[in-house]
Amino acid sequence: MALDRWIALVLLGICIVYGYAAWFLMDADLAPFMRRNPIWPSTFPKVLSILGIGASLVILLGLEKGEEKIGDIDHRRLGDYFLGQALFLLGLMVVYALCLRPLGFVFSTSAFLIIGSFILGERKWHVMVPVALIATGAVWYLVQEVLGIFLRPLPIFVMGV
Amino acid sequence: MLEGILIGLQTALSLQNLLVVIGGCLIGTFIGMLPGLGPMSIIAIMIPVAITMGDPSAALILLAGVYYGAIFGGSTSSILLNAPGVAGTVASSFDGYPMARQGKAGKALTIAAIASFAGGTIGAILLMIFAPMLSSVALLFHSAEYFSLMVVGLSAIAAFAGPGQVTKAVMMTVLGLIMATVGEGALFNMPRFTAGIMDLQSGFGFITLAMAMFALPEAVFLVLKPKNLGQDGGEIKDLRITRAEARAIAPVIGRQSIQGFFIGVLPGAGATIASFLGYAVERNIAPKAEQAEFGKGSIKGLAAPETANNAACTGSFVPLLTLGIPGSGTTAILLGALIALNVTPGPRLMVDDPQIFWAVIMSMFIGNLVLLILNLPLIPYIAKLLAIPRNFLIPFILFFTLMGAYIGQNNATELLMLVGFGICGIALKFANFPLPPLLIGFILGGMLEDNFSRSMQLYGGVSFILERPMTLGLLIVAAGLIVLPAVRTRFGK
Repeated sequence: MALDRWIALVLLGICIVYGYAAWFLMDADLAPFMRRNPIWPSTFPKVLSILGIGASLVILLGLEKGEEKIGDIDHRRLGDYFLGQALFLLGLMVVYALCLRPLGFVFSTSAFLIIGSFILGERKWHVMVPVALIATGAVWYLVQEVLGIFLRPLPIFVMGV
Repeated sequence: MLEGILIGLQTALSLQNLLVVIGGCLIGTFIGMLPGLGPMSIIAIMIPVAITMGDPSAALILLAGVYYGAIFGGSTSSILLNAPGVAGTVASSFDGYPMARQGKAGKALTIAAIASFAGGTIGAILLMIFAPMLSSVALLFHSAEYFSLMVVGLSAIAAFAGPGQVTKAVMMTVLGLIMATVGEGALFNMPRFTAGIMDLQSGFGFITLAMAMFALPEAVFLVLKPKNLGQDGGEIKDLRITRAEARAIAPVIGRQSIQGFFIGVLPGAGATIASFLGYAVERNIAPKAEQAEFGKGSIKGLAAPETANNAACTGSFVPLLTLGIPGSGTTAILLGALIALNVTPGPRLMVDDPQIFWAVIMSMFIGNLVLLILNLPLIPYIAKLLAIPRNFLIPFILFFTLMGAYIGQNNATELLMLVGFGICGIALKFANFPLPPLLIGFILGGMLEDNFSRSMQLYGGVSFILERPMTLGLLIVAAGLIVLPAVRTRFGK
């Protein structure tokens, strides 16, 4: 089965769950005065669930005529591309999200930029490290000091907040 | 009016105010490039600086400069990195980013700068002429008309419904609309589809979704299949627009300046609707051969939303200056600044404080001109960003993507959502699902539902569609915009 049909299957599942919540669960807690309104909080979701189920079924059953187009990257030959680098970078983003608060902005961001370049094959440490540190410092200064948006610079065990 | 223009020019052209507008434009442009910091945030940040200046005219000139600078800055990240930081610049990435990928980054930024300048300037002329008259027309628009206007805005998805892609475009739009229903809506005041998760109480963040659907998949694709953006068929620093290209975009700029301005006048409609609508209209009226180019690097597809969003920003000053009604988030912040400066916008502003009224309008002309003069020489350097080696550029794109989502919400969970949605975006892109309709649906979904619900409550059903001629007319236009391309394709015209 082609990838777009698999995705349509997943979307169909999402729309069914969404529709179930809209049709059978949402109205249970509705206040009595709201029941007199011509439109309820579930009205729009109900319409959307029907549209979503209909559209995903059309894709899933292949009712719309059209040739399968391969974009820039053929997902059936992912091994031919730099898949490892992409997966490592996505993993690095997750690690960054988890470390940003406990380890602070300066350390997390510098490490993210250095490791990111490393994953992509860069080995010029004398360029990577200063570039990462300068960029981190500049962004922190702009966001925290100039714009006044709080970004904890140091780890939580140092700053205590 | 002539006397007013002269008063305004005298104020705006003083050396101090010229320096203020130049400073404002530069600050706005550079901060606006950071995804997550749109004009609204930047103006809010600059208000204390403006207030300490003491002189209301100088303060407003500073804020106007920051405003226009921020809009242009936002377009830059949209075009170069496919990272639209604000909703109003989403449509600019549809064709701006493909142009940058084709090695035409310099040209794309030049077109954006010229279109922004023209949209803002023509908008300011229309503001001078029509402001008092339009303020009353804007009030004729009720929720029913806004609902139909949102439907017209949704018709922009037709641009992404190529052969064999109609259902996918519809599916993505519905998915965007579904995502917009998550969280506490403005009208019903009850959480929906949050599964008890506190972080979903206010719904999904626009910036998180925009970064996840646009910037992140593009960055990952650049990792999977390295591509030197600087050498893909053109000279990225080249700013030149040929005579034929200028001739092609001139009517687009003219039409979209007018259309964008009038949409901007409507409180609540604003730059986002104007840009989507501008894109949809230009695509639909383009010859068939050019229609296929939309979404793939069409200069018309870039000029239309850029012109329309700038003209709409100018148009949003009409209700602010003449009625004291803020038509958008940004003008609401400006209203706060005006009040803090002891200026009360409204019908009496033109009579009681003509120097302020006209200074604001003149500062729009000067701000746009200064922005063009400042940015054209900078464009080659800004475009050179894409020539940074991939090993450094990609981590920075990913970092700014993360920062955009983080600054907006100050919540680390948002970053995990960004990665999660990003992976979904990559899968959808692999399967050739068009992603812009998802974002269009998400942006317009909340407003669409709110206005539809209000109309239903006011009229006790859907009778408002037939009872309000303007609503019916706009819905017919929307149906035409959606159906027309299919009809033209079928009959080969």
